[in-house]
Amino acid sequence: MGTGRSRDVIEVLGQALATLARRDEKVVFVDADLESGGNGGPFAREFPDRYFNVGVSEQDLILTAAGLALAGCRVFAGSLASFLVSKAYDPVRNVIATPGLPVTLIGGAGGVSLGGDGVTRQMLEDLVLMRALPGMTVLVPSDRIALSAVLEGMETWKGPVYLRLGLGDTPPVREEESRLLPGEGRLLRKGEGVTVCACGVMVREALEAAGILMRQGIDAEVLDCYSVKPLPVSLILDSVRRTGCCVVAEEHSAIGGLGGAVAEFLAAQCPVPIRFVSVGDRFGQSGSAVELREYYGLTQGEIVGAAAQAWSMRRR
Amino acid sequence: MNDQLREELQQYALYVRKDVIRMVGVAHSGHLASSLSLVDLLVYLYMEAMEVDPSRPMWEERDRFILGKRHGCPALYTVLAHRGYFGREELWSYRRLGAMLQGHPEFRRTPGIDAPSGSPGLGLGVANGIGLGLTLLGRSGRVFCLLGDGEMKEGAIWEAALTTASRKLGRVVAIVDCSRSGTDVPLRLWKDPEGLEERFRSFGWEVMRTDGHDFDALEETFALCTPDRERPLAILARTRLGKGVPLVEKGWPHAEIAPGRHEMEQALRELNREERGDPHGNR
Repeated sequence: MGTGRSRDVIEVLGQALATLARRDEKVVFVDADLESGGNGGPFAREFPDRYFNVGVSEQDLILTAAGLALAGCRVFAGSLASFLVSKAYDPVRNVIATPGLPVTLIGGAGGVSLGGDGVTRQMLEDLVLMRALPGMTVLVPSDRIALSAVLEGMETWKGPVYLRLGLGDTPPVREEESRLLPGEGRLLRKGEGVTVCACGVMVREALEAAGILMRQGIDAEVLDCYSVKPLPVSLILDSVRRTGCCVVAEEHSAIGGLGGAVAEFLAAQCPVPIRFVSVGDRFGQSGSAVELREYYGLTQGEIVGAAAQAWSMRRR
Repeated sequence: MNDQLREELQQYALYVRKDVIRMVGVAHSGHLASSLSLVDLLVYLYMEAMEVDPSRPMWEERDRFILGKRHGCPALYTVLAHRGYFGREELWSYRRLGAMLQGHPEFRRTPGIDAPSGSPGLGLGVANGIGLGLTLLGRSGRVFCLLGDGEMKEGAIWEAALTTASRKLGRVVAIVDCSRSGTDVPLRLWKDPEGLEERFRSFGWEVMRTDGHDFDALEETFALCTPDRERPLAILARTRLGKGVPLVEKGWPHAEIAPGRHEMEQALRELNREERGDPHGNR
């Protein structure tokens, strides 16, 4: 996600959840120390009896969340993405995804957000692991405004959701946003030359890249695919039919994330040249988040290069 | 416990055992010995201990049950069928393609199944979540979680055990089916080889040992599971693999091999020797 440091993102998350909780008394938040040290967040302050911090025990986090859902609660469960996905994949698969329980799993600090900590706290394989689970919705909002809008949009959504948060210091792509529904996307910039699908922090980069491409005579269309699953297929198809080529940009491994999802879809429905901007088939390492995004090629410059390649290969 | 009730429960358990054998035999798949060890516990839970209503399987005030010991699934299905959650004929399509009765309990697919299970070590954590949710929503109901002694090495169980005790979730009851540790000494002299008693105590639980095949002992033990208790109770129930069928008790057929038709008939003959009458008219 694009805006603010860790505390800000957690604050936005807590406020958005508190808003949901005011409307629905069955909303609960289970936490494995995501709110740094426990009870400081807005949700916990306003609804202490509906806030359960299980501490650093990610399997227990997911199991407790599943039980609360079985008892009739609407559950949000949060931890760092790296721990939630890798330590708790068994419970996520077997007690949340299989029965399709209405639990939203919040993976904090996805991608390389927690730069200095290195590979153990960086999560670049979460989208593929979560997307592979039947019935799991996967959402990656681009910034804090989009995060609130995505949470609003999930109010009536049934079934399990993985919501990946990231951290960054760039401003939101839009200052205001109404609810963003799963299965939809945002057309952020109209264009006829190349379709750029992006999620998370890469949405802002894609918009910047579109500005550069314009000066080179390529008119890029930018789609915010915050809903990695279900994919906004009609939005993508409509765009690619006009542009004839596509770039996918994400803060994720090259395997099976948004890039994989878009490629699987287009290969079957509308085969066109595609280029991918991702970290490749690699783990992260220590460094600041900004340095790492540069090092792994998660930049507007890479998107520009990929777009030029895809554009030159298209058949029209 | 009065003699009449004890006899009824014993009789009921006998019918359940016969159907477990038929079910596993017809499916030619499933764990017979583990299932037979659980029958008496499950019969007592569903006939006496738990507050349930088979005509309303999702009744909000019901007691919940989670089967952690997945190999005992045929026993649970049979008890649910006899209790009226679904038709007894469903038992004969156990493990078949499209069947209501899957190899391991599946929530939503089978009436009476309160939670998904099958992956070892996950049951107790789910029980805690249900307990917290019921408390929050102001509902009554206890949560019984039946664990196998084989899965007690799973770390997730002990993450959960800490949560149960620290949150004073007295409505959560852990029952451990101790079927691997022998039944050759009296219960009071029995040393549980995994040190479960000590472990649960050090996590803040109260522990009771019981004989998992003695209905009088079970009555005494489950009387302690009152909804208002604070300290959670772990029940170490000593059981015998294959209980009720001498051949299976002796390790036949091998645990990994499901009995076929021939073995099934042989096992049924053994049970029939003890039988005094079958309400379903099957012999």
